[in-house]
Amino acid sequence: MINQTAAAMSEALVKGEVTSTQLTQAHLDRISDVDTSVKAFLHVDAEGALAQAARVDADRSSGKKLHPLAGIPLALKDVLTQDGIPTTAGSKILQGWKPQYDSTVVSKIKEAGIVILGKTNMDEFAMGSSTENSAYGPTFNPWDLSRTPGGSSGGSAAAVSAFEAPLAIGSDTGGSIRQPAALTGIVGVRPTYGAVSRYGLIAYSSSLDQAGPFGRTVLDTALLHDVMAGHDPKDATSINGKFPDVVSAAQKRDVKGLKIGVIKQLQGEGYQKGVQARFDESLQVLASLGAEIIEVDCPSFEYALAAYYLIAPSECSSNLARFDAMRYGLRVGDSDGASAEAVMSATRNAGFGHEVKRRIILGAYALSSGYYDAYYGSAQKIRTLIIQDYAKAFAQADVLVSPTAPTTAFKIGEKSNDPIAMYLGDVATIPVNLAGICGMSLPAGLADEDGLPVGFQIMAPAMCDDRLYNVGGALEAALASQWGGHLISKAPALGGSK
Amino acid sequence: MAISYDEVVAKYDPVLGLEVHVELNTESKMFCSCSTVFGGEPNTQTCPVCLALPGALPVVNARAIESTIKIGLALNCQIAPYSRFARKNYFYPDMPKNFQISQYDEPICFDGYVDVEIDTDEGLKEFRIEVERVHMEEDTGKSLHVGGATGRIHGADYSLLDYNRAGIPLVEIVTKIVPGTGKYAPEVARAYVAELRDILRGLGVSDVKMEQGSLRCDANVSLKPMGSDVLGTRSETKNVNSLRSVERAIRGEMIRHAELLDAGAKVKQETRHFQEDTGLTRSGRSKEQAEDYRYFPEPDLVPVAPDAAWIEELRKALPERPSLRRKRLKQEWNVPDKEMAAMVNADVLDIVEATVVLGADPTKARSWWLGEISRIANDKEVSVTELAITPADVAEIVALVNKGELTDKLARQVVEGVVAGEGTPAEVVAKRGIKVVNDDGALMAAIEKVCSEQPDTAQKVRDGHIPAAGALIGAVMKETKGQADAARVRELLLGHLGQPVN
Amino acid sequence: MSSLSRDDVAKLAALARIEMSEEELVSLSSQFGMILDAVARVQEVNLDGVVATSHPQPIQNVFREDQVRPSLTPEQALSGAPAQEEQRFRVPQILGEAE
Ligand SMILES: [Zn+2]
Repeated sequence: MINQTAAAMSEALVKGEVTSTQLTQAHLDRISDVDTSVKAFLHVDAEGALAQAARVDADRSSGKKLHPLAGIPLALKDVLTQDGIPTTAGSKILQGWKPQYDSTVVSKIKEAGIVILGKTNMDEFAMGSSTENSAYGPTFNPWDLSRTPGGSSGGSAAAVSAFEAPLAIGSDTGGSIRQPAALTGIVGVRPTYGAVSRYGLIAYSSSLDQAGPFGRTVLDTALLHDVMAGHDPKDATSINGKFPDVVSAAQKRDVKGLKIGVIKQLQGEGYQKGVQARFDESLQVLASLGAEIIEVDCPSFEYALAAYYLIAPSECSSNLARFDAMRYGLRVGDSDGASAEAVMSATRNAGFGHEVKRRIILGAYALSSGYYDAYYGSAQKIRTLIIQDYAKAFAQADVLVSPTAPTTAFKIGEKSNDPIAMYLGDVATIPVNLAGICGMSLPAGLADEDGLPVGFQIMAPAMCDDRLYNVGGALEAALASQWGGHLISKAPALGGSK
Repeated sequence: MAISYDEVVAKYDPVLGLEVHVELNTESKMFCSCSTVFGGEPNTQTCPVCLALPGALPVVNARAIESTIKIGLALNCQIAPYSRFARKNYFYPDMPKNFQISQYDEPICFDGYVDVEIDTDEGLKEFRIEVERVHMEEDTGKSLHVGGATGRIHGADYSLLDYNRAGIPLVEIVTKIVPGTGKYAPEVARAYVAELRDILRGLGVSDVKMEQGSLRCDANVSLKPMGSDVLGTRSETKNVNSLRSVERAIRGEMIRHAELLDAGAKVKQETRHFQEDTGLTRSGRSKEQAEDYRYFPEPDLVPVAPDAAWIEELRKALPERPSLRRKRLKQEWNVPDKEMAAMVNADVLDIVEATVVLGADPTKARSWWLGEISRIANDKEVSVTELAITPADVAEIVALVNKGELTDKLARQVVEGVVAGEGTPAEVVAKRGIKVVNDDGALMAAIEKVCSEQPDTAQKVRDGHIPAAGALIGAVMKETKGQADAARVRELLLGHLGQPVN
Repeated sequence: MSSLSRDDVAKLAALARIEMSEEELVSLSSQFGMILDAVARVQEVNLDGVVATSHPQPIQNVFREDQVRPSLTPEQALSGAPAQEEQRFRVPQILGEAE
């Protein structure tokens, strides 16, 4: 039953064909079977998961009205706080910390009766695109265990792709949901900035971070998105307004007459051949469904990567200052006579990995007096230009599209010594974050040259997340009928019983 | 080396700059819903936000914004149609996020002024202090330094942190440089802080208790040689926590700078700490390697763009400005300058006005609060407001005296009783059995007794030597234990001895 | 070609309170030239008259009522403390001076 969609599991639960306890146990068994090789989870909370499942089963048998996702298991990126459950953000500096509070996202999923199986691996503080930067070792791509699942939400993506969980939550600061979704052959959505509360999301870059859903289908992803989104008074940047109905949109699947804009700057040179081929085919599919395909020009996107690698490090250099060994987490060097200052410095050196330190130093530099205008200030202006490019493009098209990532999953270690090469992998996803809009990645097939999944990215204006699901749903259905099933059904069995 | 203050101001012209931090009296903290109540058990007023737990986010307290705008308006400031919070980044264990949410180049209020009046050699003179900005920020936690010789920060073995105060809303009021105060610099600074305190109290936005730290002053002082246009190097004296200390600290710094300059030495640009016991400052952190705070707009908070109509509403609801109020009261009560200044200095204006509002005559109300009651307060080393006596009590006492039910002397006993916590004036009168003896029969008996005891003196009065009556009146008063109305005794005595009453 | 010397990196590391090894300072300074060249591309664009964006959504005036809500218990607050004493966070001796 673990290879079904969340929507199908929900139906089975409602019909009484299975209990949440059985479903949860089946996923816990799958985790025991395959996670030694995938390493998607940092912490499995079997006890808590089974207790929540039992509660939902009891509520169901007492006739209580339940959310459609009640009783469905989920994997949670270790960047969101869950009361009493170890939360590390993939960093040694938070080793052993048990949050004293639930993030708003966790409160919402608990309230919906969703069962949290555990916390998933990630690049330390979400800084990375391969999950290799985790202090607790890398996660492996279920499609090819010698490759990375992408990142930073690699653990969540791998868990869904490996059938360890039907749903997962990640966070996306520069593509950290969409890129791993692409590399593991699943669906991932980065919602509009401000649509999902950041309260309890351990901050990497406050103005870019947004938590979002992973699923194996567009509809499953929409069901989870619907639970997560909504106004939160605890997050001052949370949008207070009417949220689009993403679940209906995922079922609408009607692109007739829609204008779909292909971003000139996000294709062609630098994109793997098989990636470009699957992308082009998907465009043809959409055209055959009645959409009009046009090309749009976003000249400022050329500078998006540079702007991102100034803004995100700047904000992170400040956000990560709180990890100082005083109130929680790691403390190193607290020996006789050591000063607080020395202990802070020693702890931050021992507790942060190379990539985190690199970005903190870069951020401190970009904000420092004398350099602010040239770096941080300029980057914030580039951001304005990117917003303007999007505005012009959305005046011509209902949604914009591109390949999600320039390549399919790369080998573990392939780029870890070349930060620039790693950063270049985010080129297509970053503009969405800088503009605060929403984006989806869904499977577009397998690249011919390596047989690995390719992601198709859809972008829509802020608070038009429903467009992603409508277009994504239509493309997914058309591709599934071509392939005779969802792409994920082609994923390797990983030895365990699916 | 020692140089007198007069010599300092003859040679040098002081330039001031004042930064006042005010803790707002909101119920909850600046960015979270923890209580701001003073003196709670350690770490009982903390939450994920003010402990800077991973993932927690700030949300601005609406009343803190309103209070800050009110302060800006009361200080004649412009209110920015658009302002933002910024992060000031530096590491300090008292500050959980290791950045302070403050405001940088977009403060909510700017370009204001405060006028203060100083009693100078040429009479009352007004000085205008220009306010550069009023902005919002948050307070830090408190550290307790354990071990070491002095219990001070240096030499402590370790520290204990309590974050109850972390995140209390603070408003910082920064003046432009204040030139041209000459020898009155210390008094002008004191008057400015006092005026601010009165304004803030009038607005009801802060407890303004300097001794509890809810109003703290940092004083920047520099000297330039008389006639020079070049500003000298300034020192910044931190956390001066009483009006008297403001005056002392500035005077002390002026002398210290002058001594350095006279000796051909340089004044160091540095932070100094005021020592309450000696009245001197000691050197703190040198500012030569100024910390790079890497300010940038706080991404977790959105801009503040107050509605113009709302600002007007707040402006209309502002209370009377203290300086205008003083002018009005001076006129209404018909008080001379010196008396008015005395009331302001003794900080009894509010309480006198409250007493007058309750029906007491301004002169009497003033003389009680400034006289007898201030004397008691001085003896007890407290302020008059801390005594158990209220404006209502004083108004009642004044009324009793007016009705002839108390003499001035008896009234002082009643005040003493009220202050001692014996109850309201009526209760004290009842408990102590205080009453004016105005029963003529009883007085006549006493008069007859005294005249028979002092026949010679009585005869002198009968012979028309009126001043001799004083001794007899005194004896009668003694006989009646001071409870008689002396005027009535005089009347009856003179009549008894066959003399005209007037 | 931009660059950041070993000493520049050391200064930034001190500002960021990270006690880096000599080896790390040197390796980071060697990487920084390349990284700075990449990010310095933001300066290639004519940005005259362009307003900076610091908030991706045009939201303003988000406030909270001045209402007290329950705090954490001191036990909760201190539950992650590396050291505690007298219901306070125990930290090594503080050398600098507060603001
Ligand atoms: Zn709090």
